[in-house]
Amino acid sequence: MAVLEARHLSVDIPTEDGVIHAVRDVSFALEAGELFGIAGESGSGKSVLTQAILGLLPNAIVTGDVLFEGRNLLGLKPAELQSIRGSRIGMIFQDPMSSLHPYYTVGSQITEMIHAHEKVEKTVARRRAIDLLARVGISEADRRFDSFPHQFSGGMRQRVMIAMALILNPPLVIADEPTTALDVTVQAQIVALLDEMRRERGTTVVMITHDLGLLSSIADHVMVMYAGRRMELGPSSALFAAPAHPYTAGLLASSPANYEAGAELVPIPGRPPSLLDTPKGCVFAPRCASALPRCTTEAPPLRVFSDGLQSLCWLEGPPADAAASVAGIAKAPAADEIVVKVEGVRLTYGGGSLFNPGAGFEVLKGIDLELHRGETLGLVGESGCGKSTFARVLAGLIPMTHGKVSLLGRDLGSLDGRAWQAMRREVQLVFQNPFGALNPRRRVGAIIGDPYRIHSLASGTERKREVQRLMELVGLNPEHYNRFPAEFSGGQRQRIGIARALALNPSLIIYDEPVSALDVSIQAQVLNLMRSLQRDLDLTYLFISHDLAVVRHVCDRIAVMQAGQIVELADAETLYRAPQHPYTRTLLAASVTTPPRHPAAGRTLVSSNVVEVA
Amino acid sequence: MSTQAAIPVIQRGSLALTLRRLGRDPAIIAALVFIVLVVLFALSAPWISALTGHSAIEQYRDTGLSEMGLPVAPNAEFLFGTDHLGRDVLVRLAYGAQVSLTVGVLAAVVAALIGITVGMVAGYFGGWVDTVLSRAMDLVMSVPFLLCALALVSVFGPSLSLSIGVIVFFSWTTMGRVIRGQMMSLRRQEFVEASRSLGAGPLSIMFIDILPNLSVPIIVYTTMMIPGSIVFEATLSFLGMGIVPPAPSWGGMLADAAGNSLYLVASWLVLIPGLALLFTTLAFNILGDGLRDALDPRGRPVRRKPK
Amino acid sequence: MIRYLLGRVAFGALILLTLSMFVFFLFFVAPGDPARMVAGDKATETQLIQIRTNLGLDRPIHEQYLSFLGKAVTGDLGFSYRNQQPVAKLIFNRLPATLSLVVGGVLVWLAVGIPIGIMSARHPGAVRDRLGQGFILIGLSFPTFVLGMMSLYLFYFLPRQSGFMLFPAGGFKPFLPNPAIWAWHLILPWTTLALTTAAVYARLTRGQMLEVMGEDYIRTARAKGLSERKVVWKHGMRATLTPLATQLGADIALLLGGAIVIEQVYGLQGVGALAVQAVANQDRPIIIGVVLLGGLFIVVANIIVDIAYVLLDPRVR
Repeated sequence: MAVLEARHLSVDIPTEDGVIHAVRDVSFALEAGELFGIAGESGSGKSVLTQAILGLLPNAIVTGDVLFEGRNLLGLKPAELQSIRGSRIGMIFQDPMSSLHPYYTVGSQITEMIHAHEKVEKTVARRRAIDLLARVGISEADRRFDSFPHQFSGGMRQRVMIAMALILNPPLVIADEPTTALDVTVQAQIVALLDEMRRERGTTVVMITHDLGLLSSIADHVMVMYAGRRMELGPSSALFAAPAHPYTAGLLASSPANYEAGAELVPIPGRPPSLLDTPKGCVFAPRCASALPRCTTEAPPLRVFSDGLQSLCWLEGPPADAAASVAGIAKAPAADEIVVKVEGVRLTYGGGSLFNPGAGFEVLKGIDLELHRGETLGLVGESGCGKSTFARVLAGLIPMTHGKVSLLGRDLGSLDGRAWQAMRREVQLVFQNPFGALNPRRRVGAIIGDPYRIHSLASGTERKREVQRLMELVGLNPEHYNRFPAEFSGGQRQRIGIARALALNPSLIIYDEPVSALDVSIQAQVLNLMRSLQRDLDLTYLFISHDLAVVRHVCDRIAVMQAGQIVELADAETLYRAPQHPYTRTLLAASVTTPPRHPAAGRTLVSSNVVEVA
Repeated sequence: MSTQAAIPVIQRGSLALTLRRLGRDPAIIAALVFIVLVVLFALSAPWISALTGHSAIEQYRDTGLSEMGLPVAPNAEFLFGTDHLGRDVLVRLAYGAQVSLTVGVLAAVVAALIGITVGMVAGYFGGWVDTVLSRAMDLVMSVPFLLCALALVSVFGPSLSLSIGVIVFFSWTTMGRVIRGQMMSLRRQEFVEASRSLGAGPLSIMFIDILPNLSVPIIVYTTMMIPGSIVFEATLSFLGMGIVPPAPSWGGMLADAAGNSLYLVASWLVLIPGLALLFTTLAFNILGDGLRDALDPRGRPVRRKPK
Repeated sequence: MIRYLLGRVAFGALILLTLSMFVFFLFFVAPGDPARMVAGDKATETQLIQIRTNLGLDRPIHEQYLSFLGKAVTGDLGFSYRNQQPVAKLIFNRLPATLSLVVGGVLVWLAVGIPIGIMSARHPGAVRDRLGQGFILIGLSFPTFVLGMMSLYLFYFLPRQSGFMLFPAGGFKPFLPNPAIWAWHLILPWTTLALTTAAVYARLTRGQMLEVMGEDYIRTARAKGLSERKVVWKHGMRATLTPLATQLGADIALLLGGAIVIEQVYGLQGVGALAVQAVANQDRPIIIGVVLLGGLFIVVANIIVDIAYVLLDPRVR
């Protein structure tokens, strides 16, 4: 018997621009004790879905049926739904930094939940909270009970969130991207904890995530959503081994983890549709590699296969597996010429000042690096290890405390103002956040033309011609010269950032987490662009990321950074196959990849219904 | 930068969008119409004076005062009645509007300019520059401003320029704090880092990169500072520290009405200038609120167009 | 935390020092004979000579300032020759009226402003919100003295015309022996003083509340199954309080300005009225005393607000 069953669930959210059809006709059922994964990119409706069920989206119009413990959640009065929230269905949210109230102690936030649903003595509630806190791995739980959230690290806060969700022993827990905001090694610990707790208590868990690798390792069933639709649903093993829907196949093909290093990724072309429209055919058809003519005109039927997979698609057989057919790009080996040489770079914040003598906070503790022309060096580490700070030191944005950086054989420290200004042309940065890195009030043409303006190189029509050449080069339509950044998608904005960096033919381009804010399918497009540019223009890259799969895929050599130091530096493949430093091993162990795929042996079509989409 | 694209791109300009949003609210339209009317009223003060044949300061003791020496209520000759000296309230109201609007707009604009400059410098450079300027702003905000204004007037005597000076001195900090805060967060944006890494200097960053992003708070807060300045001026005049009588000002007219509680028997003396003052400031406040909502990007989610 | 508070106290001292320099240089260094300004037009030549010696006007300027500062610190604010009384005593006699007005005004403004702001934020776009926003706009736009005059006309004059004493015309009655009489005389002044600022607070509360209610931890509170009342009044309100406390500190100066106007309109014999009379009479010692006292009041109030802020925000603690 299903713990929770949703039938033909749709969620509409009215906005100024029109009604957003966030979720359309989604059905699924959870078996007791299982871990049910909901996967999808941003805008797929996966978070909206669960929040709407629990009545957490007051403006949303929710239709369909959601059965839980014999009642239809959508028909309940607010007060009845309120008594279910927390006591029968627990929730864990993405960002533990902002999901705990900053002004209340963590303990009181947990006991508040007990008191809201049960009549118990204060001391009893406190005891229970402390016991559970200790159980989820908070040391000295009785003392930490009275601490405030800001006194905890991100991982510890997520442990508190888990304790809060479990304190009343609800039969169902919904975890909405529970590890996305955390570092890789912490992610692994939190996932392990969740898995352990649900097995211990027999809790059914819904895990919402964009990370397919994560689901493949722990989920029993997986539902893949796209633009509010349920694209595919089925047992995790069958789905990851041989996805039935082209979208799932495309997602797996976009992830660098599923490739040999250096291979060309097969991205899903295009971008997600507007949720304001209601297309007649399949929502995925415009981006689908296996699309048939009828896909754009007729709503796809629900195909049910013998191994339990259900797919909303006209295809009866497996989708084309593009990944296998594309060979890697041959890349010229890196030249011997040294572009950048970094020796003993140190950076200390605070300290040594008038009011605060003595040791400050040391961010960089002696970095030595060399970059050769034409190579890509990866810099990997967790948040706070100093990798982004190092990028800014190299780019001249932060003055270093000690050390020497030579660019093309010239010591940066010895340059006078004018020469230093000229040197700015040689190092360019591409930033992580595609929204923050472009001035929202300036037109794209002006943004890409900035390097020419600042260095007084080209003006008027000449500059415009240059800008349009660059736009063409990075795959943007040059006619969009006069648009504002807000009119572009995340992936396109990252292309704009790359175009700006290319303008002055720099010797070195530093990419600071260039794809971590992008969805997987878009990520692959940008990574491919970076690689082809490097090949065509003989560029040197410093690639900073926390994502080992991405780094391994694009980099020739990898430096692993921990607490302001480079602990290991080796060839990408050497580092992967034979990591030397224990921290590298921890990092590698923590990153999960999807299992290898194999053709679906013996899968047959069981039934096929043409579904009327309301 | 060249502003011509190869092919004109069709897009909803932000100006058009703002105007569309403003036009949707009847209260904002009414406020705009009212502001235009007050400006026209102030500009036509000489004609009103000519039409009625009354000057703003002349005392019409024969027709403008009753036999007991009390002001006369609105009638055919004095549309808005007369005050305690037998002067025409309508004509004085028109000339007073000139004072209120001039002081309000002038003081608000000057104060805004000072606030923008100080806020931008403090927010951009940070460090000790910010500490000094922020402390200075805190200091000005923590001073009993009306008492200090009293002290200044008692030494230098009341005048229009002193009024404007006092208003500017005590109101630029509002804008300064807002701009400083905005600047601090904008300065940390990656697009500013991008410009810096390209080698752009502080002036180029402040004016080309950041200033366009400050346009919304500048427009909104300047609009909202106008009613503040108008009330401030009226208050100074009411306390006898603003415009020197007999020159008319709305605050001064209300002070005359308050003297000897005359307004209790001649209610038009408080109703007419009082409501004029109230509706003018209300109109500017409604406009400021409307601008803030219309220019707020959060209320205007970016619509993704399918490709 | 101690460091933070010490910093705030030092800043308070800086404000007072700046104010003392401001008034000193304004009155003693500006053109004109300070002795004549202090004594007034009717003073005799012997009086003037005596005042010059008393004030030490023959000494160098920095010595004069230091002695002025020294006296001010010990509470000696000088002597009003026009009133033939020490300034400190004159001000002290006026304090009850002003303090009654100001403290009551603050309570009314918080009691009116915060609930209206919350009500408005709870139902954005609804009729209640439109009403709340209307209150905010009208309150912000109403000049205090116009509001005062209109309330007197409506709530004192018109009822009295029909032979009914709803509220008195003004004037201050001491708290003892009869607090009811005291409050009755102050209800109109309190409301008038509070309306403008209540509007500021309603607006601030509304904005903060709207922002806070969109925070992730509010979603968490709802997901925990707390009642909506608890979500708003406990979790929402708690996070809204801190910025309100900061604003309260910034508005004390506004409050004193309002008090001067209110005392004028309602004929309350408070410190503000004393200052306005002193300007009219060119009685400079009183103006100096009132400015310094006003500064002190603001500084003390700000330090109280700072302590409240530290207590409210665990991250500062």
